[in-house]
Amino acid sequence: MAFHIRRLALALGFIIVVGIALVALLAPWITPHDPFLQNLDVRMAPPSFMEGGGPDHFLGTDQLGRDYFSRLIYGARISMLIGALVVVCSGLIGTTLGVVGGFFGGRVDAVVMFIITCRLSIPLILVALTVVSFVGSSLAVVVLTLGLLLWERFAVVARTTTMQVRNLDYIAAAWAAGCSRPYILLREVLPNIVHHLIVVTTLEMALAILLEAALSFLGLGVPPPLPSWGLMIAEAKDYMYFSPWVILVPGIALFVLVLGINLLGDGLRDRLGAARDA
Amino acid sequence: MLTVLTISFALTRLSGDVAVSMAGPQATQQDVDTIRKAYGLDRPLTVQFVTWVAGVATGDLGRSYLYHAPVGELIRSRLPVTLTLGLTGLVIALALALPLGILAAMNEGRVLDRGIMMIAVLGQAMPSFWLGLVLVIWLGVKWQLLPISGVETWDGYVLPGFVLAFSAVPALMRLTRGGMVDALASDYVRTARAKGLTRFSVVMKHALRNAAMPVVAVAAVQLGFMLGGSIVIESVFALNGVGYLAWESISKNDFPVVQAVVLFLATIYIALTLLADMFNAVLDPRLRIS
Repeated sequence: MAFHIRRLALALGFIIVVGIALVALLAPWITPHDPFLQNLDVRMAPPSFMEGGGPDHFLGTDQLGRDYFSRLIYGARISMLIGALVVVCSGLIGTTLGVVGGFFGGRVDAVVMFIITCRLSIPLILVALTVVSFVGSSLAVVVLTLGLLLWERFAVVARTTTMQVRNLDYIAAAWAAGCSRPYILLREVLPNIVHHLIVVTTLEMALAILLEAALSFLGLGVPPPLPSWGLMIAEAKDYMYFSPWVILVPGIALFVLVLGINLLGDGLRDRLGAARDA
Repeated sequence: MLTVLTISFALTRLSGDVAVSMAGPQATQQDVDTIRKAYGLDRPLTVQFVTWVAGVATGDLGRSYLYHAPVGELIRSRLPVTLTLGLTGLVIALALALPLGILAAMNEGRVLDRGIMMIAVLGQAMPSFWLGLVLVIWLGVKWQLLPISGVETWDGYVLPGFVLAFSAVPALMRLTRGGMVDALASDYVRTARAKGLTRFSVVMKHALRNAAMPVVAVAAVQLGFMLGGSIVIESVFALNGVGYLAWESISKNDFPVVQAVVLFLATIYIALTLLADMFNAVLDPRLRIS
């Protein structure tokens, strides 16, 4: 029974993530309208399944008459792109720091631990907001800022797991066979901790997507007119009392995507037997 | 500590020429120079940094460009709102997470456990600012149950506190459940049961005390996150706290305030981590020896 629920959750997470990724990739071909095209004649049209909605706009239109469904689909691109790029960036930084600290130990490890502690003491949202506000908001700035801030979990997990494999027999065998240090790190240590890192990747991706939405919501994330889900919620905020669906739609999209990624991560953790408290 | 100082300082100097943005678009070069002199911005960065650090060491956080008031005073006047909000959030989070986690652990593997863990997974995926808006629409406007902005009365804290708590509940709940499952399976719990103690007393006195340690540590860290995250919630509910002050200063380039708030939050975070260690030492005598 329990086993089935777990597999079901993993499958559901997988379907959600792959589905949204496909939608994001195919956005130009499946959207019925141009997401940037304004049509002031049909502002705030309700979705077609609600009273007063026309068949032309499935999820209605926003305050500038842009097709909400098309913007939602293009918003998936932003979220997926940011999630993926941020984990690449933070994964590289965190894994490098963690593996180096865990492998060499001693003074090197102390330095790595110090860097991690410093990072932990920084208030995340505040610093991200400050950087984006001063450098100017663009997709690249948001990705870099989050990428440079979200690596600490990678570092912590990579460090702990590297310490565990460092003293195992196959590492000793590699030393004895005369392998070089970079070879051992890349070919012996890394492949044996990578399943832990995959789980962290899903967690951080979900976090990055939520943070991007929060930044965009505060007006300091992805700049308009790009259709980020967080930005859509922010723009819809003034109208939410009269037409609640304008904030419900992007919020639910955000919720489903993050839920999918989390389910995928949880499922993979059980499957790959990674540490539970990663 | 010094690193935090450096980071908060460096962050605000990324902003380009503050004097220009302060003087406004119509200012002449002369105006800009006057402002630069008045605030000491014409001196080299290292000198500015040392001046600031020396000021912080003596409790002087500098003056706000926007309010023309000492930064320390600004933060102090906004602090009660943010602190109350953070503590309300923590209390609500614990009030939800502990019973649910214990309940899940006592029914490990059964339907109730699955249901509670499902809530945790769903809760983790919820964007808190969005939850805030949705609650404002339904509880605040449609049903008129709770005030949606301002904190003139105590119930103004209920909605924002709940939303803030929501982000911390899943993590705390999982920890409580995990700790309780281990504790309930241990020898001392079996001994306690064998002594004929009631189920309630076994769970509350013996198991919970041991499961509580990681929860305390994480709760302290979460309180730090909540104070930092209040910047989003305060803007949703239009609360005039430190978070809102920070947001306002960031968008208006008022960098003495920004660097002070970053420093302030980082210090609180470090203090909370220390406090959690101390609290754990009280809970667990074994830790006190080392």
